Amino acid sequence: MASGVKPRVKVPKTASAGDTVTIKTLISHKMESGQRKDDDGNIIPRSIINRFTADFNGQNVIDVTLEPAISTNPYFQFEAIVPESGEFQFTWYDDDGDVYEETKKIEVS
Amino acid sequence: LSSLTGLPAFASMMDDAIAKLTGGADLGEGAVTITAPEIAENGNTVPIEVSAPGAVAITVYADGNPVPNVATFKFGPLAASRSASTRIRLATTQNVVAIAQMEDGSFQKASANVKVTIGGCGG
Repeated sequence: MASGVKPRVKVPKTASAGDTVTIKTLISHKMESGQRKDDDGNIIPRSIINRFTADFNGQNVIDVTLEPAISTNPYFQFEAIVPESGEFQFTWYDDDGDVYEETKKIEVS
Repeated sequence: LSSLTGLPAFASMMDDAIAKLTGGADLGEGAVTITAPEIAENGNTVPIEVSAPGAVAITVYADGNPVPNVATFKFGPLAASRSASTRIRLATTQNVVAIAQMEDGSFQKASANVKVTIGGCGG
């Protein structure tokens, strides 16, 4: 599933030091559960994103383990503290070994 | 009859998975909440939110899915709240359960019943 995977992340552009910011992330991915069968009755092999992490300036915000019960196009919403200006790093880990990354800068005053 | 006591033969797969997580520790209630719709028309994408102030991690299970594990959220030093939202698949009407591991090592449980009109694991 290396093709067509597109991460999308919503992070405020500015915040005050120590503020809580709400982050929304979505990545396009079919999240094949390994439970479905094709037209010939053969099980379609599992192919999912199995881990998602969000860090800010090298410190972890959230680390999620995903199972096949997570819906197609995995969506997460959570809250982070921003102590200073910097960059969020978002990383998704695919079953097939691919890693998808996205970064967002935030200006803290 | 005494040989039957304590055997996990009748425990569901979810109970086994929870026991593996907690090591069989007692489950408190009240410190963790799970928010899910009462009725989900489409089991392919059911929005849920878990929240547990003071938790280091929250694991979500669905007791009517072929595999009960759904997701584990571990919170890092910059997590502003111990809460998260996502969307999950539910095969049928069932209970969605959140187990929170607290900072002191204890565990808390909350569950929500979701009625599913169209299942999310169809073949």
